[in-house]
Amino acid sequence: MDEIESILLVEDNENDRMFMRHAFKKTNFPWKVQELHDGEEAIAYLIGNDPYSDRSKFPLPAVMLLDLNMPKKNGFEVLGWVRAQEAFKRLAIIILTASRRSDDVKQAYSLGVNSFLVKPATIEKLVQMVGCLRDWLHMNQVASLNDAVRK
Amino acid sequence: MSKRAIFLYAEDAENDMLLMKKAIAKAGLDIELKTVSDGEELIRYINGEGPFSDRRKYPLPTLLVLDLNLPKKNGFEILKWLRRQPHLKRMIVIVLTASRRQEDVDQSHELGANAVLVKPSTIDDLVDMVRQLSDWVELTKMPNIDVKWKSAL
Repeated sequence: MDEIESILLVEDNENDRMFMRHAFKKTNFPWKVQELHDGEEAIAYLIGNDPYSDRSKFPLPAVMLLDLNMPKKNGFEVLGWVRAQEAFKRLAIIILTASRRSDDVKQAYSLGVNSFLVKPATIEKLVQMVGCLRDWLHMNQVASLNDAVRK
Repeated sequence: MSKRAIFLYAEDAENDMLLMKKAIAKAGLDIELKTVSDGEELIRYINGEGPFSDRRKYPLPTLLVLDLNLPKKNGFEILKWLRRQPHLKRMIVIVLTASRRQEDVDQSHELGANAVLVKPSTIDDLVDMVRQLSDWVELTKMPNIDVKWKSAL
């Protein structure tokens, strides 16, 4: 059974990344989190383009936490791209956004997202949310992306 | 979540079905559990056909808990079918299987399962699992299944 090794956090807002780092620390989040700043970086990371070509430093993630509203390529574009790639389509993707719009929820699920989370308004609630995410991921069986890529 | 969650559990093993009912009760969760015991019955339920035509009695579920090893149509066939239905493809599907085979996990994700969980071997672990699943449902925004389609039935 494949174990989770690392997780990608794709988020353009520096404050939100800082809050997430705080929540990961508070919840003893057990996995290595790689931070990326926009959709293009996320795609470059998955493909292993420069500067992410060294897989020992930038391992393929088991889960991607993906913001929707980002520069260059937004979350929907990244999600659509991932699901169209034979090598990456099994990657677990969890949207993490400020948006509560039902159209965004609908579109994300139509594009094949695994889950959709709304960023809470307080740090305390964010820590709670990340704690719940940690427990949920512990229970989940993730796909073996490496095999898919090798194929 | 404001509305009571409805779990539709597709499972052919009667013991597993009973354990799930017991675990939900033991966890003290306000979940309405609906059950079907094979893949064809599941499709009839979701389509609201035959004995399942009364949506008040057999409502569309908040999520589907899907065993892989189902008679008539197995879990993979169900996933394939569901993801091809324009109005149903967003339905949350949690695969719950006794199999720890990586091929089964991979194929479930390939076919669009939202999550894959392994059946716990003790009732206490099942209670924990149901609790965590319920917490996760509470935390996530769930997709709406097309309202027009629902009222047309």
